[in-house]
Amino acid sequence: MMRHEAYITGIGLSEVGVRLSRSPLGLTVDAVREALADAGLGFDQIDGVATYPGRMPAFLGFSPVGTEDLIETLGLRTRWHAGGGEMTAQLGAIALAAAAVRAGHARHVICFRTVYEAAALARPEEYPPLRRKEVDGASQWTAPYFALSAANWTAQFATRHMKRYGLTREQLAQVALNAHANAARNPRAIVKKPLSLDDYMSARMISTPFCLYDCDRFTDASTVIIVSAGDALDEVTGVPVRVAATAGSVDRYSWDQAEWAGAYATGRDLWRQTDYTAADVDLVQFYDGFAFQPITWLEGLGFCEVGEGGRFIEGGARIALDGALPMNTGGGQLGAGRLHGFGMAHEAVTQLRGHAGARQVAGAPRVAIATSGGGPMAAALLLARD
Amino acid sequence: MSVPRPRPKLDADNRAFWTGGAEGKLNITHCADCGEFTHPPRPVCRHCRSENVAPKSVAGTGRVDSYTVNHQPWMPGLDTPFVIARVALDDAPGVYLTSNIVGCPVDAVDIGDAVQVRFEQQDDIWYPLFGKAV
Ligand SMILES: [Zn+2]
Repeated sequence: MMRHEAYITGIGLSEVGVRLSRSPLGLTVDAVREALADAGLGFDQIDGVATYPGRMPAFLGFSPVGTEDLIETLGLRTRWHAGGGEMTAQLGAIALAAAAVRAGHARHVICFRTVYEAAALARPEEYPPLRRKEVDGASQWTAPYFALSAANWTAQFATRHMKRYGLTREQLAQVALNAHANAARNPRAIVKKPLSLDDYMSARMISTPFCLYDCDRFTDASTVIIVSAGDALDEVTGVPVRVAATAGSVDRYSWDQAEWAGAYATGRDLWRQTDYTAADVDLVQFYDGFAFQPITWLEGLGFCEVGEGGRFIEGGARIALDGALPMNTGGGQLGAGRLHGFGMAHEAVTQLRGHAGARQVAGAPRVAIATSGGGPMAAALLLARD
Repeated sequence: MSVPRPRPKLDADNRAFWTGGAEGKLNITHCADCGEFTHPPRPVCRHCRSENVAPKSVAGTGRVDSYTVNHQPWMPGLDTPFVIARVALDDAPGVYLTSNIVGCPVDAVDIGDAVQVRFEQQDDIWYPLFGKAV
């Protein structure tokens, strides 16, 4: 175990639901406790905390808990912290923590992402919705045209992919069908009902080409990933999973000016950091806030040529649990809930440890990828069980 | 769209863009040193870092880079469906404006369509919308 390596040593997940009554801080503490028990660590051993994007007072449902809240609440004695929306998408927090432990700035870092969007919607007095009457910053370039959701912004890139490369709705559907099928084997997933291609094709449209099943839905939950230094592994009892490489990129912070470049730049950069290649990867957890994103991650990471992502998943067999490249094995965000990127890392670790129960990928997988974002911002983690 | 459009908060950087329609002008921040455009507007050219930037009136013609037909009523009273599009301006390379394509059926819009700006006034804001070029 090399000193200058970083490992994920513990993972935790709170209750996952819609309109939960437990507070977002309570959910975060639940996930921390589970992750610490998993790693075999105590509160006193934590010396770093990282999150994305940090507490957002104007948008509390989206991000109700910051590093400072967690440190104060738990009385942590930390020496390294990170948080902010400028990161290269959600999993950038884990990539930063890996860099910190490699550099010796911390030994055990709690990385967390807490979401409370469903509960916030139901309790607007406590969690005021985003201001819509007067807008500034980046939202002034989209909100005046009622392009109010990331669904609208992302849908335009999906439309363009269809026109350029022939991506079809039937191909897009495979992302959602696969997510529902895998969620049915995940006891912590919020979606319980199976989905057929007929259900998908007849569902109501949200923003073309996205129908209801192409979009993740507001969820209340907290996910925790503990990142530890290579020379601190003798302190943990959890099965360590090595962070073999990380990459991330920002195209434009202003979504209206961005190309859908993130997954491609990040994919190229990830393979520059490692001797592993796409052929070594046993399973993938691709960010699926919308069904379009995994298509571009397949292309960006080189599992297929640019423009071939739709044909790669045609029929769905290749990405199924028993396929050549199992994808979003826990149900992804479309099936397991909008954990906002961190669920991808949680599921990758669960699979590499062989702890995935009824949805465990056969053959003792050793190498996995977890991603978040994919368009204007993107991040990817290459994880390996040695 | 029967509800009022969200109103941009005016400041020194964005005022020329959101009020130019009063004079029938679509103003995009332009650099006198390198000739490139910067959008969203900023006080520094994002291409050559010059501060010699000012709003420049452009032709208001462009092409639909991509689009989506929105069906979801994100706020009470919002009439659907309607078209949201990214418009690539003909004479401001690299600048996209997110807007609505109006004046035609929602299924009449496609990538590559030529469009022309038209302004919709609401109080002191002149929203640049686009219609298909004739
Ligand atoms: Zn310039």
